[in-house]
Amino acid sequence: MVPLSYYLVLSGILFACGVTGFLIKRNIITIFMSIELMLNGVNLSFVAFAAQWHALSGQVFVFFVMVVAAAESAVGLAIIIAVYRTRETLNVDRVNLLKL
Amino acid sequence: MTPNPYLWLIPVLPLVGAAINGLFGKRFSRQTVSAIALGFSGAALVMALWIAAHFSSLTLPLVENLAPWIRAGDFQVDFAFYLDQLSLVMLLVVTGVGFLIHIYSVGYMWEEGGFYRFFSYLNLFMFFMLTLVLASNYLLMFIGWEGVGLASYLLIGFWFTKDSAASAGKKAFIVNRIGDFGFLIALFLMIKHFGSLNFEQMFRIVSGMPAETAGAGLLTAIGLLLMVGAAGKSAQLPLYVWLPDAMEGPTPVSALIHAATMVTAGVYMVVRSHVIFDRAPQALAVVAIVGTLTALFAATIGVCQTDIKKVLAYSTISQLGYMFMACGVAAYSAGIFHLMTHAFFKGLLFLAAGSVIHAVGGEQDMRRMGGLRHHIPWTFWTMTAATFAIAGFPPFAGFFSKDEILWRAYSSPYGSWVYWAIGVFTAFLTSFYMFRLWFLTFFGEYRGTAAAPGDDHMRVVSGSRAGAPAPHEHGHGGIHESPKIMLIPLLILAVLSICGGWVGSGRFDKFLTPALHAGVTAYSMENVGAATPAPEPKEQGGSETFLTGISVFAAVSGLFLAWLLYQRRPQLPQEIAHALGGFYQAVLHKYYVDELYAAVFVKPLIDGSTRILWHGIDRDVIDATLDNSAEGAREVSDAMRHMQSGNLRSYAGWIAAGAAVVIAYMIWMGTQ
Repeated sequence: MVPLSYYLVLSGILFACGVTGFLIKRNIITIFMSIELMLNGVNLSFVAFAAQWHALSGQVFVFFVMVVAAAESAVGLAIIIAVYRTRETLNVDRVNLLKL
Repeated sequence: MTPNPYLWLIPVLPLVGAAINGLFGKRFSRQTVSAIALGFSGAALVMALWIAAHFSSLTLPLVENLAPWIRAGDFQVDFAFYLDQLSLVMLLVVTGVGFLIHIYSVGYMWEEGGFYRFFSYLNLFMFFMLTLVLASNYLLMFIGWEGVGLASYLLIGFWFTKDSAASAGKKAFIVNRIGDFGFLIALFLMIKHFGSLNFEQMFRIVSGMPAETAGAGLLTAIGLLLMVGAAGKSAQLPLYVWLPDAMEGPTPVSALIHAATMVTAGVYMVVRSHVIFDRAPQALAVVAIVGTLTALFAATIGVCQTDIKKVLAYSTISQLGYMFMACGVAAYSAGIFHLMTHAFFKGLLFLAAGSVIHAVGGEQDMRRMGGLRHHIPWTFWTMTAATFAIAGFPPFAGFFSKDEILWRAYSSPYGSWVYWAIGVFTAFLTSFYMFRLWFLTFFGEYRGTAAAPGDDHMRVVSGSRAGAPAPHEHGHGGIHESPKIMLIPLLILAVLSICGGWVGSGRFDKFLTPALHAGVTAYSMENVGAATPAPEPKEQGGSETFLTGISVFAAVSGLFLAWLLYQRRPQLPQEIAHALGGFYQAVLHKYYVDELYAAVFVKPLIDGSTRILWHGIDRDVIDATLDNSAEGAREVSDAMRHMQSGNLRSYAGWIAAGAAVVIAYMIWMGTQ
């Protein structure tokens, strides 16, 4: 059996990749994908613990997260399309109308 | 049954006048203001006279308890008034002279701005002064004591836009505070040791105590502290410096407050506390020495002054010194007698001086007067009466009281020939400087320039109504006699200055005896018998006449010397001044006492306040704490401001970093 620490390290790496991508990328879609990466990094640790302790609740949480993430993607992608239509760009630094 | 005298009304009446004039006077005409001020102070006089008329039918001492004031455990102070022979004399002097000076002021102040303000203050002064003399306990007396100080401050600084007047007012107030400090501590000692401030109660306790002949004790301490208070209020050494400066006020104020009544409050207080002083011979000796030295010291300064009001101011200090000399040899009735005659003739001198100043258009320097006797005959004759009275010529009032003081200074068991000798020499000086003033002002050639119209005597606060027509036109061109309203008080006071002493010190003494020896007879005869041996004149009859002769001779020689120097050989004073050199300069500059006080007390205080309290503590500690914390907060915020850049990714970075820190902390905690 694969030890728990392997999963957790992988989960940590995935989350760190997500954070890094979120911080350094300018393209909205890439940022969006980085968020998904973070969510899934967390999901991985959930299921790893669920398997370790033989508890179902961790797996149930993962389902919830995936459902919310799917809903969020639907809304998020719609917003991105709307932004692209009005601004003709996906660079997040140029979507700054609300800034002073 | 004794008639109810309603004592409380006497002080309250002038207070009502002060309130009406103070609150609404601005809208009243001058006539209305004068009517109110004169009406209420006159009503107080009428009441005082009524009491005097019914005096024999009253049971004395009469205590009128109005209302409780402070009740704390056994300690109790009431709003209560006290009438005995001593209060009656003070009451008559204050209301009588006060009312006359009110009348005079109407004429003197008519063209000044702030007319209503002046009379409001004047009535306020009467209220506090009457409270002072009628109080039945030391605390109520202290209220009056502070109140007259306040009124004095307000009236000295009446022309408050003039810098010198404003600072003279402050000086008077501050110097008086030093004296009041002593008075207050005396009150605290009384509360602590006697548990009461009530005159009757306290004196009953005190008269049961033995005299402190062997060493100084509690009573000596209280006596000395009371004397500190009296020295402040009555301008004695070393706290006399405020009185000459107080001459910045209008002349009627100088007459009423700084000659006739307020400055004698210290004498009254010492006499009122005679039960304490009788049992504290050391304190009594200090009173006598301070009084004697002040009399001499002020008289020598008076000799060199050229400002007519300053001469009178130093003369007042000197005469007050006589009164303290009398108190200091336990001749209280002589002190009060001199207080009364002094109120008449010194009040008159000031009023007449005011009339002179009025006549020559605000000039106060005697070197620019002269030959005025033909121009202002009424003023001249009244002032002559006062001058002879203060110089001690028989049969004028001052002769009787001063002679009594000198005699008692010599013959009293507490007395000494030293007091007497200094007193006689001072009497000579008094006579000299008064006749110097008299000759310089009224005789010789006129040396001034007031022939040209010059009517604005020191009118600084020229009110909006300054242009209003004066009802009594007395032509302000050249030297002129004062209006009748000013002359009538002069005449009445002149009569009093001449006749005031005829009552005789013996009869006066007998009248005051119940009040001055009340503590002796009523409470404990045997203790007092040892404490105050009945005054045994050292020699009888013949020597008294002889001493009287010497003091009259001193007065006459003062007149002669003044005549010689200022009439016969007017260039001689210059030569004498030249010959005396440094000493003359010292006297001319009032012995440099003001400069000494400035160097020893005022300057270190100002420097200390500036350097340590202001720069050191206020600016460098208190202000700096506040300023630096504000500056620090500003700098920190300035640095933190950059975190809030509006850049979404930097926020996310901060969140990530924060999360990383939290996780690191939790891991570190886990490994502990």
